[in-house]
Amino acid sequence: MQLTNRSIEVSRKPLTWLEKLYVWNIIKGMAITFSHLFKKRPTINYPEQKRPFSKIFRGLHVLNRDAEGRENCTACGLCAVACPAEAITMEAAERLPGEENLYREEKYAAKYEINMLRCIFCGLCEEACPKDAIYLSQTFAPANYARKGFIYKKEDMLIPHPINEPEAYQKALGEKSVKN
Amino acid sequence: MYLLVIDWIFLLEKFILVGFIVTLSLIIAMYTTYAERKVAAWLQDRRGPNRAGPFGILQPLADGGKLFFKEEIIPLASSKFLFILGPSLAMITALLTSAVIPWGGTLHIFGKDVSLQIADINIGILYIFGVVSLGVYGIMIGGWASNNKFSLIAAIRGASQMISYELAMGLSLLAVLMLTGTLQMSGIVGNQIQGSNVWHVIYQPIGFFIFFVCALAECNRTPFDLPEAENELNFGYHQEYSSMKLGFYLFAEYINMFISSAVMATLFFGGYDILPFVDETKWGLSGNMLTILGFCALMAKTFFFLFVFIWIRWTIPRFRYDQLMNLGWKKLIPLALANMIITAAVVLWLNK
Repeated sequence: MQLTNRSIEVSRKPLTWLEKLYVWNIIKGMAITFSHLFKKRPTINYPEQKRPFSKIFRGLHVLNRDAEGRENCTACGLCAVACPAEAITMEAAERLPGEENLYREEKYAAKYEINMLRCIFCGLCEEACPKDAIYLSQTFAPANYARKGFIYKKEDMLIPHPINEPEAYQKALGEKSVKN
Repeated sequence: MYLLVIDWIFLLEKFILVGFIVTLSLIIAMYTTYAERKVAAWLQDRRGPNRAGPFGILQPLADGGKLFFKEEIIPLASSKFLFILGPSLAMITALLTSAVIPWGGTLHIFGKDVSLQIADINIGILYIFGVVSLGVYGIMIGGWASNNKFSLIAAIRGASQMISYELAMGLSLLAVLMLTGTLQMSGIVGNQIQGSNVWHVIYQPIGFFIFFVCALAECNRTPFDLPEAENELNFGYHQEYSSMKLGFYLFAEYINMFISSAVMATLFFGGYDILPFVDETKWGLSGNMLTILGFCALMAKTFFFLFVFIWIRWTIPRFRYDQLMNLGWKKLIPLALANMIITAAVVLWLNK
């Protein structure tokens, strides 16, 4: 029974003498391959040329600071709850007197880890965060030899200080600086 | 003591020439591997090797270095002497053929006429055929000594293929020999240069076609690469080989390609003749200049054939074994015979 009308009858005719010499079909084939010599190559020479990321590309996480360089994160745990891959772990601590220039609120994250092997880069942590403390940047996790290397600590993700290292801060902010 | 008088200058001249030609064929073989990968890439819309040096020009050196430093394995159950003899024989026979090819006219240096042909023997083309058929032993011995079923099958395939295609090749060549009346390579080239300067391919298009197809088969190139069919025989007769012994096999194949391209250029495309239908001596250039230009012309023709070899490899799939034998014995040999007989008849008729 025929389900579609797209099937093509296969010709099982024995080859004619000319066809058995293969010459004509071989010449046709060679003309096709020769034409490919002049076609544009779609390859991008990676380390020299880079393909631009989309505006909404979700890459490695960045922990944000405010304009005075204080960490935004209050270790509320909403990102960890929102994370479908359960990649985020954190431990909260209370801000001591004299640390007001380090942390914006009274509570902060003493430990903040994301396992990049578990993370699916969905960006739900970014959406869950009430303090604008975490967002996904335009870079991706580089290769590593050990699993341990993929567990990113707070120091790995924290954005550079906006006053002490303004250039690095602007660079890390990337496209997101437009949004904020 | 007349017999012991040796012309040292002559000896030196030949040694330099041999060294030059051997080095040249090795370098060209090296860069044919590079060209192979580059052209393959272009034909497939890729870029090919471009990391080692500018445009990847150092890639063959890197490949050679890699092969040299790889572990040299001789299988326990193999016949050790033959196992080493195989690749050596392949390499030696590949290089031997370059001796009789006329690479150019004569150079006039230091008041001496130096012919750019190493040995102008009067059975030149017969010598080439003899040495090329010795190349079967390289494959056969390598495949046999490996003591491995796949290698043996590949070696037998290779041997039978080369023997069958040698027949058609010889028959197609006979027609050319009838036109020239000599087996001497320089005579065959001279025949194309003198008079109206017509290349043999114009008289013998079918002969050239048969010769070309057989040359593909002799070099074990696609579509006739059954002896080294990676996907059915896992690399064929050089499966057990590693390090530079494998390198020698692969290298010998590329040298064979280069030499057979040069032979085709010599036999059918006027050798070191620059242009057909033109008398180059009337251009008013000096003799040495013409010789060098002629050498370049021969190289250009050879490179063109090398390109065609590569182009064919990346276009045409492999023949099945029965198709290969059918084509060889039932198509090419009758065609070559007919070509030979017609040529003979025409030559006789014109000479009347």
